[in-house]
Order: sequence, then structure tokens, then C-alpha cells
Amino acid sequence: MLHIECPWCGFRDDAEFHYGGEAHITRPDPSTTLTDEKFSEYLFSKTNTKGLLLERWCHRSGCRRWFNVLRNTITNEILEVYPVTEKPSSKQGKETYERNWRRKSPPKKTPKTDEVK
Amino acid sequence: MSSQRFRLREAGRLDRNAPLKFKFDGKIYEGFRGDTLASALLANGVHLVGRSFKYHRPRGHLGVGAVEANALIQVGEGNSTEPNIRASQVEIYDGLVASSQNRWPSLLFDLGGVNDLLGGLIPAGFYYKTFMWPRKWWMKYEYFIRRAAGLGKAPTGRDPDRYEKMHAHCDVLIVGAGPAGLAAALAASKTGARVIIADDQQTFGGSLNRETDCYINDKTTVDWCKDVVATLEGLPDVTMLPNTTVSGYYEQNYLTLLETTKPHFFKSTIQQTRHRLWKVRVKQVILATGMIERPLVFANNDRPGIMLSSAIREYINKYGVTPGQNPLIFTNNDDAYRTALTMRQNNINVVAIVDVRENPDSELFRQAKEMQIPVHVGFAVVTTRGYSRIKSATIMKLSSNGKTLTGERKVLGCDCLAMSGGWNPAIHLFSQSGGKVKWNDELATFIPSEATQNVLTIGGCNGTADLAKSLKEGLQAGISAARLSGNKAHPPATPSVQEPVQSETRFVLPIPTQKNKFVSEKVFIDFQNDVTLSDIQLASREGYNSVEHLKRYTTVGMGTDQGKTSNVNALMLLSQILDCEPEQVGYTTFRPPYAPTTIGAYAGRNIGNLFSPVRTTAINPWHEEAGAKFEHVGQWMRAWYYPKVNETMRQAVDREVTAARTNIGILDASTLGKIDIQGPDAAEFLNRVYTNAWLKLPPGTSRYGLMLKEDGMVMDDGVTTCIKENHYHMTTTTGGAASVLEWLEEWLQTEWPNLKVYLTSVTEQWAVAAICGPKSRELLQELCTDIDLSDKAFPFMGYREGTVAGIKARIFRISFTGELSFEINVPRSYGLSLWEKLLDVGKKYEICPYGTEAMHVLRAEKGFIIVGQETDGTVTPVDLGMDWIISKTKPDFIGKRALSRRDIIKADRKQLVGLLADNATDILPEGSQIVEEVLPKPPMSMIGHVTSSYFSPNCGRPIAMALIKSGRDRMGQTVYIPLKNKSIAATITNVNFLDNVSK
Ligand SMILES: [Zn+2]
Repeated sequence: MLHIECPWCGFRDDAEFHYGGEAHITRPDPSTTLTDEKFSEYLFSKTNTKGLLLERWCHRSGCRRWFNVLRNTITNEILEVYPVTEKPSSKQGKETYERNWRRKSPPKKTPKTDEVK
Repeated sequence: MSSQRFRLREAGRLDRNAPLKFKFDGKIYEGFRGDTLASALLANGVHLVGRSFKYHRPRGHLGVGAVEANALIQVGEGNSTEPNIRASQVEIYDGLVASSQNRWPSLLFDLGGVNDLLGGLIPAGFYYKTFMWPRKWWMKYEYFIRRAAGLGKAPTGRDPDRYEKMHAHCDVLIVGAGPAGLAAALAASKTGARVIIADDQQTFGGSLNRETDCYINDKTTVDWCKDVVATLEGLPDVTMLPNTTVSGYYEQNYLTLLETTKPHFFKSTIQQTRHRLWKVRVKQVILATGMIERPLVFANNDRPGIMLSSAIREYINKYGVTPGQNPLIFTNNDDAYRTALTMRQNNINVVAIVDVRENPDSELFRQAKEMQIPVHVGFAVVTTRGYSRIKSATIMKLSSNGKTLTGERKVLGCDCLAMSGGWNPAIHLFSQSGGKVKWNDELATFIPSEATQNVLTIGGCNGTADLAKSLKEGLQAGISAARLSGNKAHPPATPSVQEPVQSETRFVLPIPTQKNKFVSEKVFIDFQNDVTLSDIQLASREGYNSVEHLKRYTTVGMGTDQGKTSNVNALMLLSQILDCEPEQVGYTTFRPPYAPTTIGAYAGRNIGNLFSPVRTTAINPWHEEAGAKFEHVGQWMRAWYYPKVNETMRQAVDREVTAARTNIGILDASTLGKIDIQGPDAAEFLNRVYTNAWLKLPPGTSRYGLMLKEDGMVMDDGVTTCIKENHYHMTTTTGGAASVLEWLEEWLQTEWPNLKVYLTSVTEQWAVAAICGPKSRELLQELCTDIDLSDKAFPFMGYREGTVAGIKARIFRISFTGELSFEINVPRSYGLSLWEKLLDVGKKYEICPYGTEAMHVLRAEKGFIIVGQETDGTVTPVDLGMDWIISKTKPDFIGKRALSRRDIIKADRKQLVGLLADNATDILPEGSQIVEEVLPKPPMSMIGHVTSSYFSPNCGRPIAMALIKSGRDRMGQTVYIPLKNKSIAATITNVNFLDNVSK
């Protein structure tokens, strides 16, 4: 069971939290025309990362606040917790943010997993 | 009663003044307090305790503690019974009842034993291969396989015992209270660290309880252990947990411990806790789990009476019982000599020591010689005889490369065989923690290497065999763990240790067998899963060369013991077959739990009424008194219907539904989700989360809204009311209240943090009575004088505040039935009083309380949807025929873009329609599949399913709603609902039955 540090309440068991999936997925501007493909990419394409992942959590049974987390999906180690409206500030967090395919190009048919030590 | 023939006069630490009687397979035996079931059975000479899994071979005790692979026992009676318990881990008590498993009709005469003779028919991968046989054959085999595969029997009734959970935090958790663990606890505790030390045995000490030839600070190991335990017991920050198995090691140093409380629970009639599941968060874990002795791999190495050498030593020294009067020792190392010497000291006649080593040379070897124990050097046991117990062993000389046998066969009579094939560190928890292991050539086993969490391994777990080093590692680990968790450390003095020095081990694996034309002699690798040497060889021939494949194909290591005694032997054999280093073969990852755990322990007290909180409304006491039938809606208990005396459900619901349309019905609607929304951007926010327009909703009015997920699918619906400027009252479905609030918060916080909107759940704050029917205005008028209730002054979808029956109330003129209806909200504490007043005054209007079932029928008569019934997460508003609620002009709302996706605008999507059975008495079962054409048997192509179906008294016939492909284009068409014994024809209609179906 994960031990997650809520920015407002401190360390709590993960039973109090709700997982919100990958962070930093920008919602397309509704005023622009958007192809079905582009929209589906926003809607359905998620990285299945082995290694460092930026993700969202909500302290459902506590303060009800959403926040972002940098987690290693192999070891479940949590390396950074930061506000949901901001970008990560740690070195690994920044690298993970930049490495995400959304920052560069759409995912290939078989997305390459990011191996992180 | 048997007389404990194998009990030793002097050895052991049992309470001999406390004799206990217990029953095994119907026979009464005697043991002493402190015995385990295994030691007490051994004291009575009972070796045969079970039948093997696949071949039904007679099996006896193999080891002590959690290591036991054979002696799986059913303990207890009735619904308290627990299967697959290791006899070596059951503490006996007066009146204990236990029985053997996997035998039929009796343990000594078992029909499944023919499997042993037909062994060639059950090769490795048998179950997989069986699946590939013709399917109709499988049906026949399944019966036998299922019968044969069952180990114990699960109780059929409810578990009468109680289980608990305990949450704890500590600086240092020490797993294993052997020499290393105790030393670590001693060192860590002196620093003021909070320490938990757990051991799966009833007595702390581990191997200290087994050895009589070692001294620590000139004390016997047992005395040293007693001193340490006494010291630890006196420390307030040390929690000692005997009878506690650390079963799981999860991320972030979170571990689960299963504590078995005192054993008399089995016969107790008072509710006592049977197991306690500890969930512990630890700063620093120390694994002192010790080592597990390895069996030797030779023909017929599974007969009852063949046991691990160290286990026998422990039975003698700790329990005062010898597994045999004429034991034979078979070893590849020095440690087994200690067993021989211990036996001799207790006047047991050691037949011989058979040592595969060619030149053993150590103090232990010389002592054995001095005591005139015959030692066959360079020899091996090549087979054994005996059915319910070993009778003899055949030995032969090994060639120098260990691959062949030479010379004469010698038969040695014996009633017990102690085998020792080396030692494996118990690395299960380390592996669970994510730690990596490496091969160690000297020990010929895997030992811990890189850790990924805050964990230290010491003593046997670390591959350290000798006592002095183990103690030293323990002390050091205790200090550094305390330091790492922030406590000041003072290293204690290292104790002086006397112990026998041991020389090298010679690994001969497998022991060669002599070809026998008549009987194929089985060489067992995994006792619990009956995996033999030839299974491993066959798997390899068939190409299963990866360790993960080997494991699954042969099932080696997949029993309840997770291969504690078998894994390393299997790996070494595979590496030999593949001609590579064991390191290259690799090691499978262990998963929790370390030992089988009763499901009840995971459930704890969260069963029955405590499984999930039950929410009731303020009006609930009235429903109960009125004899309502209830249904669960999420966590809520809602009144389902109110049957009168001798009334069926159908009669009650019909009566309630009719009353709501002819006079007045009253419904407890308190469970609806309610969210108070305030803030200057509240209207803008509603405009974005609902599909329709919200910016111009004037205060005092309500609007129905539909919420979609971003994929365009309907998520929830409800009515939201503008209380006053920048203040709204939102209602959600009963089940969706929590998730809708969370969803709204998510959008507010993550997408639109600039919007000033504040959400508060007020579901519990308001009690709601909904009155419905043509006379509801008259009734309300009597109780409410400060609001003009006329249609003109208070129109449909209006909202007013005033006083009802003297209570300040919020009144919503909204309707889920199509009738004139008022939903009266009052503070929860006034709910019951409002309800009673409405009923009292309503008597003259023949007011009738109705439950959720009538509510469902009433809304279905008008074709109103219920989210979660007409929708299932794949239904859009367009599919529901609710295009009218989707704004064409709003620039954005959640789900807007998705509604124009190619897949969403396809014409052949399932659409909501009405369905009327051609025969006006047929009620279609909800969930039934719908077809265009009925074929003699499935498969038939299905075009949809029934979502709601009721008898409608107001329509005078059954009505149903359904989602059907291109349903709206099929109006008037006939479709069919194939059921088990008949098919029902039905016609597709509009969903507004009340206005379209003539009575
Ligand atoms: Zn919080």
C-alpha cells in the first residue's frame, strides 16, 4: 500500500486517495477545429510507463485536493509531489516531463517505453 | 491411547506436567503442552499423515515450522475448520481435532494410490496437455482431476471465528527471532528505537532452540536466548510477536504480519480473535529469516520417516521426541553429524552416517568416529523401501565425479532417515521487497544482493551459516537500522561464541539411480506438488528451458509452500540439463504471502454489517415501522415498497403506482445527492459541466441537466436550482453523489482553477419528502401558508422558500413522475416530523407512501431514464433520444467534441426505444438480449437488450425500455426476446408509454 504525502495533510495511506492517471495532458482548445484522430489521442492515448511517471492523485477522503506526483512505477517510490497547476521542479521530474511524447510527437504504433534507472 | 513411545526421557523443553489429549483421524493421542501437532504425532510414532497431491503416495513429516511441505492437515471441526495447515505449526491443546487430507477412503488404504503405479500417465504438463485433448474427453477427466486435486476441505458455512487488523508504525522491524534477529533487536532497542520483532514460532530463539553444542558468553544457547528475551520484554519500545508470520513485504517498507493468537480458539464457544493481521510501516526492515535445509535428491526420497536432518535435531532438542529408534543419516555436509551426535547423546541407535563426500575431515567427523557411529564415506542412498514408513535404505559407492554408482548394494534397515543437502537462505521476503539475488558457489544457492528498499539481511538469510558471525551481523544491523531511522546508537559488545567448525559441502545432484526394469523409481524434487526429476527432464526436452516456463509447466514451487525446499534443487538441475551456470537460469520472484493465510484475516472485522457503512435517512424509523421492504442503493437503505397484510410485491407496487397518479403518493427522496454550489463563476461552471445552457437561469427556477464524460457518454443527471444569484443547489443520482462531487472538483482544480466556485456536499443536511399526484397541491396548501402555490405563481420547475408544517423548507416543483409534484426539503432533523405531518394531513386525500420500485415504474411510464439502468457508460444523449438537451450554441462543455466523433454519429448505434410484448401478460426480463430472428439455438445475432421492464398499472400492461441498434428507425417493427424455454415477440414503440398506450 502506497504512502502518499498530500501537500495539505501530510503522509496518508493510499486508501484515502483516488488515482487520476497521467498528468499534464492538455485538454484541446474547444474553439479550434480538431481532427477525430487528434481528439482521440487526447482522449485515449495514455503512456504505460515502466519507470518514472508524472501522475495525478486526489486526496478523496481527506482535503479533496488534487495534486501531481512523480512516481517510479517499478518501485512505487514517490520522488516529488507538486501542485496540480504547476510543472515538476525536480531534475528527474523535469526530464520526465520533457521526455513524454506529448511534448514532441504523437505516439508511434508501438510506443517505446521509457526505461529509467 | 498410545503411550508416546518415541518421547525421550530427558531432552526437550515441554511442560511434562501438562499432558494433553487430542484426536487425529479419529484416534486419541497424548502429548504435552508446548508440543506441535507434528511433534506430538511423532512422539506417538505417527509418520504417515497425508497423501501426496498427484500420485497419492504416503507422506510423513518433512521439516519443522513453515518449511513443512508434506504434513498438511485439516484442523478443527464444523465451520471453524481450516485446511492445509502445516502440522508443525499447530500448537496442540486439550481436545484438538485434526485429520489428514487428500485420501480416500482412508489414509492407509487410498484408492488414488493407483496414480503412483500409473505415474507414466501423469507426466509434467499433464493438466495443460489434457486441455488439448478433445473437449468431450475433458468433461470426463475433469471430474476425476477435480476430485484428485483437492487438498483440504473448505468449510461450507459461515466462519464463526473473529479476525482483527492492527495498524502499527516502527523504526525497526526484525523478521525472525533467531540468533541474528535477537542480536539485532538487542542492539536496536538500546538506542531507544521503536522495535517490533516477529517470529513464526511459538518460542523465540530459532536455531538456538535446536543446538546443544554451542555456547554464547559461556551460556547454553537456550539460556542466552532466555536472557535476551527477558531483557527485550522489559523494554517499553519493543513489541514482541511470537506465532507471527511476516507474510508480505510491499513497497515503501509496508509489511503485513499474520499473528495467530492462542490456539484454544478452535474449541471456544466465546468469540475470540483467531488471527490478527498487522499492517506495519517501517523505517528500516531487518530480515533475519534464517536458512531452510535442502532435501537430497534420490530415488524414493519421499517415504514417511525421511526428514530433514536439522528438523530431527529440533524435534529431539526442543520437543524431546525422536522420529525413530534406528535412524540413518544421509548427508553431503558436516551439519548432519550434529544430528547424529545429538541422537547418540540421547541413547538413540544411529544405524550409520552415509556421506557423499570422499574425504570428510572435521572435528564433527572425528567425534562421530570416536562415538563409533558407522560412517560410509563416499556412499549414497540410492533407494528406500517401506510403505507407510521407511524400512530400509540401499546404499552404494559413488564414482568420483558423482555421476555413477559402483560396487555392491548394501541394504541398511532403519525406521527414519535424516537427510541434509545443504542450506538455502529464506530470501522470500527479500525477493518480495524487490531485492535482487545472486548465486553463491560455496553454498550452491541464491543469496541476497542489491536491495531496493530500506532493508538489511543478516545471519542465515544472508547466507551466513555460523553463529558467531550471525550474532555480529545482527548487532551491527541493529545499530545501523536504528541510526538510519534517526536514533542514537551505542554498539554493544560482541559476545564470545563456541561452536563446531564445519568443513565443505559436496553437492551431488541428483544422486544417481540404478535402472530398474520393473518399477520406475520416483525421485522427488517438490514434495508438495509431486514434481519428480523426470518431470524436470521432460519439461526441458519439450523446450521449457526458462525458469518461469519450467515452474508453470511442471508446477515446481507452485504449492502452498512456494517451493521452500524445492526451488533451488530444481534450478540446479535445470542448469545442469542446460549446461549453464545457475545464475544464468535465474530465479523466480516470490510473491506474498510467505505462508498460506486464511482469507478471514484479510477481511478482519469488515464483514456482515461492518462490511460497508449503511446510510439511512431521517425518515427511516417510519419506514421500518410501516413494514417497508428495503433495497440497497449504493450504501443507502431505501424503502422499496410497503406491502399491506397478505399483499404480494406486485400488488403493493401496483397500488402505490396507481395512488401516485390518482390521489397523492409520497416518496422519501432524501438520498438524492445534493451539492451546494456557490461563487461568482458558478453559472459559468454549470454551463461547462452540463450539456444544456445555464447562464440565464433566473433565481427561483430549476433546470434538468445531463453530465457527460469527456468521451461523450452520459455520466449523471439531475436537477439544479438557482437559489439566488451565485448560489445553486445541484442534485445528483443517489449512487453518483460522491463521484460527481469528485468529478466537479477535478475539473475545477485541474482544468479551470481560475473559476471561483465552491462545492459542498449537503446530501446529509436535507431530508426530502416528494409528494406527487393530482391532489398534492391541496395537501401542501394546508401545511404551507406563506407561499402562493398556484400554477401561475409557482410554475413547473419553480423553486420557493417558505414554511411547511411550521418547518423552514425549500420547495422544488419538479417531477420525476410526470405528475404534479413538490419536493419538500427540510433540515435533516425535521425530516421525520415533516413526513409524519404530511401523512397525517394527507389521510383525507388517501395519501400513499411509495417506494423505489413504484418510483421506477412511474418514471418508466413517462419514459424517463435512470442513469445506470438505461445507460452503462457507452450511451450518449443522442442514443437516448435526448438531443434536445444538447446545446448547439455553447462553445464548450465536457463531452462536446466527442459527440461529433465518427463512431458517435453512426446511424446503427443502439438507441433507446420502448418495447411492448405482443402478448400483454409477458413481462420481459431486464437484461434480456433482443434478436431480429430466433434461430433454433445460439448463436443468434443480437441487436440490443432490455434495460427496464415493469408491469404498468396505469397502462394496464407490461412496459419495457430497450437499447436497440438503429432502434428509432424500427418503430412498429417486431423483434424477439429468446428465453430459455420460449421466445417473446415484442413491438418497438415510443418510450412515453403513459401518453401513447391506451389503457
Ligand atoms: Zn489532503
